[in-house]
Amino acid sequence: MKKIKKNFLSLFLKILVYLSALVTIAVLFSIVGYILIKGVPVLNLRLFEWEYNSDNVSMMPAIINTVIMTIVSLLIAVPIGVFSAIYLVEYAKRGNKFVSLVRITTETLSGIPSIVYGLFGALIFVEYFHMGKSILAGALTMSIMILPIVMRTTEEALISVPDSFREGSFGLGAGKLRTVFKVVLPFALPGVLSGVILSIGRIVGETAALIYTAGTVTGIPDNLLSSGRTLSIHMYALWNEGINAEEAYATAVILLVVVIIINTISARLAGKLSKKGI
Amino acid sequence: MVIDVKKMRDFKEKLMKTIFLICGAVSILAVLLICIFLFSNGIPAIFDIGVKDFLLGKIWQPSNNIYGIYPMIIGSLYVTAGAIVVGVPIGILCAIFLAKYCPEKLYKIIKPSIDLMAGIPSIVYGFFGLMVIVPLMMELYGGSGKSVLTASILLGIMILPTIINVSEAALRAVPSSYYEGALALGATHEKSIFFVVLPAAKSGILAAIILGVGRAIGETMAVIMIAGNQPVVPESIHKGVRTMTANIVIEMGYAADLHREALIATGVVLFVFILIINLSFSLLKGRNKA
Repeated sequence: MKKIKKNFLSLFLKILVYLSALVTIAVLFSIVGYILIKGVPVLNLRLFEWEYNSDNVSMMPAIINTVIMTIVSLLIAVPIGVFSAIYLVEYAKRGNKFVSLVRITTETLSGIPSIVYGLFGALIFVEYFHMGKSILAGALTMSIMILPIVMRTTEEALISVPDSFREGSFGLGAGKLRTVFKVVLPFALPGVLSGVILSIGRIVGETAALIYTAGTVTGIPDNLLSSGRTLSIHMYALWNEGINAEEAYATAVILLVVVIIINTISARLAGKLSKKGI
Repeated sequence: MVIDVKKMRDFKEKLMKTIFLICGAVSILAVLLICIFLFSNGIPAIFDIGVKDFLLGKIWQPSNNIYGIYPMIIGSLYVTAGAIVVGVPIGILCAIFLAKYCPEKLYKIIKPSIDLMAGIPSIVYGFFGLMVIVPLMMELYGGSGKSVLTASILLGIMILPTIINVSEAALRAVPSSYYEGALALGATHEKSIFFVVLPAAKSGILAAIILGVGRAIGETMAVIMIAGNQPVVPESIHKGVRTMTANIVIEMGYAADLHREALIATGVVLFVFILIINLSFSLLKGRNKA
């Protein structure tokens, strides 16, 4: 009897722990399940036609815009992010003031909500630099947003490269630059890639930062200075118009599938890196 | 000739080092630009309207040139607090499950699921909230179903992955000797975890909560869809609410002149909140290292 009483608290805590885990998983499954059950039946080929019009709210232009937005953002952010991570890990001296300033600002950047990025992008790119609401303005905004992700994952990957690699390369007479590009970076590549993949997820799912920078035009843009809506904005616009719930479900399915694919790839890459780590 | 090659190489090394350095400076530049552009566009409006009238004014009527964002500040704080109440206990307990209970096979399924949860776009969360939680609330409590409570529940769900991942890392960082010591003294598995390991991971878990607060207060799209967006201080948790983030997105599309600047100023206030949250997070992290 005494033992039961003594263990009552333990049992209670144990139940709470299991219950919480169950709730978390149940919530996730209900979200994914609900979207799939409602969305998959309304998916049809007409939604993937090239033209968007009031008769057929095709999401094809939005898909193309999303791809363009992603590529342009990555083209800007990845080189900058990788190079600055190289500087931080391979060149900068430890305890350097500049390094700690970069760290603080990167952390600040990763904490800023997307709507603040949206406001900033609208003020600087759309207005100050007269780009108008455009793919380019959106991509520039997004590239600042994903910069911390690329930097952090690249940094971690570079740090995980054993020093013996660098020493071996120096020992063979290679210079610093050659060592970084031919020895260190290839080894760290899966880590860099997982950062890129995470960034793609961020760009595809982003809405608030893009409404007032990339705009909500439904067509495929002629050039980088025309406006175009991505999939997420498309979904927001459908909700805002309030007449196309089915199409919104269908868009949600596509978004969800993209996120699942992205997560799978990034988990694989991360696994590769940790296996390689010595 | 040999010297030339060496000179070339030296030049290339120096050039690339400078390029790397410049790239490193980009994030500093970005933060500076964000501050300059937001503050220079927002702060004049705050003074035009009057600091007190802007921050503590209870009426937001752009058509009458009355701009008080007090209801929105309170709204953001309400839903954030609600999200913490919903998300933190479940998140921490789930982190405990992952770190201390979960069999390895199950872990391989649950961990990616939580990463997936972190990756779902907020607009999809919002849509789910609108189609599932809102009707549920309508049935339970009547009204429109769009309320502080609805937003709190959805935001609580959305911050779960952040809370879980950071807390789990904090729990795993506690040396296993703590747990083993407690067991050896006769405590049960649960008691060792809750009364020895958990307090030892306190500051890491606090960091998780701060990150969660940052996510909740900055969340925009999901909140817009389910919070009702009335710009008044809600009388109860079943009343609609408008957050600072929602205020910006809803009205930015058609706002002009002072109205527009007032919205940017709303962004400035939100930004200051975020900076304070970031600062407390770094302070906490710095203290942990020391």
